[in-house]
Amino acid sequence: MSIMTWTYIMVGGSFALYLGIAWASRVRDTKGFYVAGGGVPPLANGLATAADWMSAASFISMAGMISFMGFSGGTYLMGWTGGYVLLALLLAPYLRKFGKFTVPDFVGDRYYSTTARIVALVCAIFVSLTYVAGQMRGVGIVFSRFLEVDVNTGVIIGMIIVFFYASLGGMKGITWTQVAQYLVLIVAFLVPAVAISLKITGIPLPQLGFGARIAEGPDAGIYFLQALDAIVTDLGFTPYTQASSGMALVNMVAITTCLMVGTAGLPHVIIRFYTVPTVRAARLSAFYALLFIAILYTAAPAVGAFARYNMIRSVHGATYANVPSWFKNWERTGLIAWYDKNGDGVIQYAKGQAIQGKPVFTGQTGPHGQRLVSNKAADGPNELFVDNDIMVLANPEIANLPAWVIALVAAGGLAAALSTASGLLLVIASAISHDLYYRVLNPRASEKSRLTVGRIMIGLAVLVAGYFGINPPGFVAQVVALAFGLAASSFFPIIVLGVFWKRATREGAITGMVCGIGLTLLYIIQVKFLGMQPWLFGLAPEGVGIIGMFLNFAITIGVSLATPPPPEAVQELVEHVRIPRGAGAAIDH
Amino acid sequence: MTTRHAYWKANKRTMLFLLAIWAVVSYGCSMVWADSLNAIMFGGFPLGFWFAQQGSIYIFVLLILAYFLIMERLDKQFDVHE
Repeated sequence: MSIMTWTYIMVGGSFALYLGIAWASRVRDTKGFYVAGGGVPPLANGLATAADWMSAASFISMAGMISFMGFSGGTYLMGWTGGYVLLALLLAPYLRKFGKFTVPDFVGDRYYSTTARIVALVCAIFVSLTYVAGQMRGVGIVFSRFLEVDVNTGVIIGMIIVFFYASLGGMKGITWTQVAQYLVLIVAFLVPAVAISLKITGIPLPQLGFGARIAEGPDAGIYFLQALDAIVTDLGFTPYTQASSGMALVNMVAITTCLMVGTAGLPHVIIRFYTVPTVRAARLSAFYALLFIAILYTAAPAVGAFARYNMIRSVHGATYANVPSWFKNWERTGLIAWYDKNGDGVIQYAKGQAIQGKPVFTGQTGPHGQRLVSNKAADGPNELFVDNDIMVLANPEIANLPAWVIALVAAGGLAAALSTASGLLLVIASAISHDLYYRVLNPRASEKSRLTVGRIMIGLAVLVAGYFGINPPGFVAQVVALAFGLAASSFFPIIVLGVFWKRATREGAITGMVCGIGLTLLYIIQVKFLGMQPWLFGLAPEGVGIIGMFLNFAITIGVSLATPPPPEAVQELVEHVRIPRGAGAAIDH
Repeated sequence: MTTRHAYWKANKRTMLFLLAIWAVVSYGCSMVWADSLNAIMFGGFPLGFWFAQQGSIYIFVLLILAYFLIMERLDKQFDVHE
């Protein structure tokens, strides 16, 4: 069977599975709709959280990014896992004990203020919307690469699927589809990872193969990482494993911290801990979640390093006529381009850009059969343009795996994008239907009308996300990474202080949130889009969230001390969330 | 009331201890000291690189497991479990 047939079977089969699960878990009350009834077992919540967390970026792009970054790729690996330690120790158990529906719920009740609730819900919508646009785009891109349909058609198909299962089953439907999506995406990631590790080192576990000796070929018997260091150094790059220093180290510290704290402050992750029955279950499911995430996150750096080695060994110095077939397949999709600078018909790969900007193909072929680009050549000897995403997408072909594996990777990429999108859409919908409509505008709304408004809001959120997926604002890709800075500088400080410091007041929290997210947003906009010089000797905009976070902490503490202490009832609420007993009752309100 | 305060104090001590390990592993071993640690080989891995791309993640998982187990004991000891 052809790759295309297999892809239709895999993608169609996985979609049918998600829809079936959604139908089986449809809900009739708001508790089911917002927190899956509060009865999700810890293991299932761990699986769902892992799928919720790992987006199209984790699945498709991360290994490729690491393979080009080398050592400093650890920024993403640690940033996107280390945050779970903060989440498990500082937030999850207490938010579960508090036990309502959303993050603004906690902020509004703890800071006894409708204004705080509204500021929080605006922050939640803002963070989630920037993030979800990238996911819908990811769905479209996977469709277009594997099924040769238009990107926009792909986005629309994704919208219909997500709308169906999110509006029918709410959090309950999302939870159980995410469990299935985790299984699809982890198998899809591991099968090629194991195959490429076996091929290069003879050891099936990529986490170990990565540190083993190469089995055959010109580098046989040498430790894989030593061989890779030597090869990239020859081509003019810094050694792959060389540690960062100077400003690169400062930015690594800042960005890693920002990603960690942002992870702990992202509303779509936090709300997953409302769905379990007890405080103990919240702690346990945080462990399961990171365990399941770690399976992919420890394999990804191995995949990145193997793919880099494989690419250089099989392409650099080869004549175009003799390159492996995957090279030409992916050249057809535009993820690879070759600009024969010296006209010798041999592919040269080296440090630096090959061409200026992303390749624009002229539609003609050159003397060796390569697709010609209209871009100007960049300085330097490098002739090869490679998109980061190729490291995961082309892996099955590089490792000579059968067609069904390639199809599985397509289904895995879609699972990763859809599972994250659905979690984000629920946050947006609940911020409006629960926090704004029910808690602020119409507190006497009936259960039925709240549920209807919730479903309508999912529909609207899907439309907005789809619109951004089809017409991506030029900066979407950058903005997704920046959502972490916004989450780090808004939610994390005031939730932590809300639990650990009884004296924190509503005035403190409101000014802290507004100043923290405001500073982060302004800095990002000025550096990224208005050409401002970065402060502090070149602090990357991706890392500025850490300054916003400290500002938020400082202002919340300062203003709290200058304002009257919170009322007795709020101090009792804080005492109450610190003790696990009684969590089962807390959710019924 | 005193049990509750003692429980909360024990909880905070556990948390700070585990967060200290978290900070040493991520900022120390994986970033600031990574260059010196890279001189040591851990199997085929330079040690600093291993921490940054493998070891830190394993340790994060273990820290959350340790927190779960310790808190389970504390919950029972102070009689605040569910």
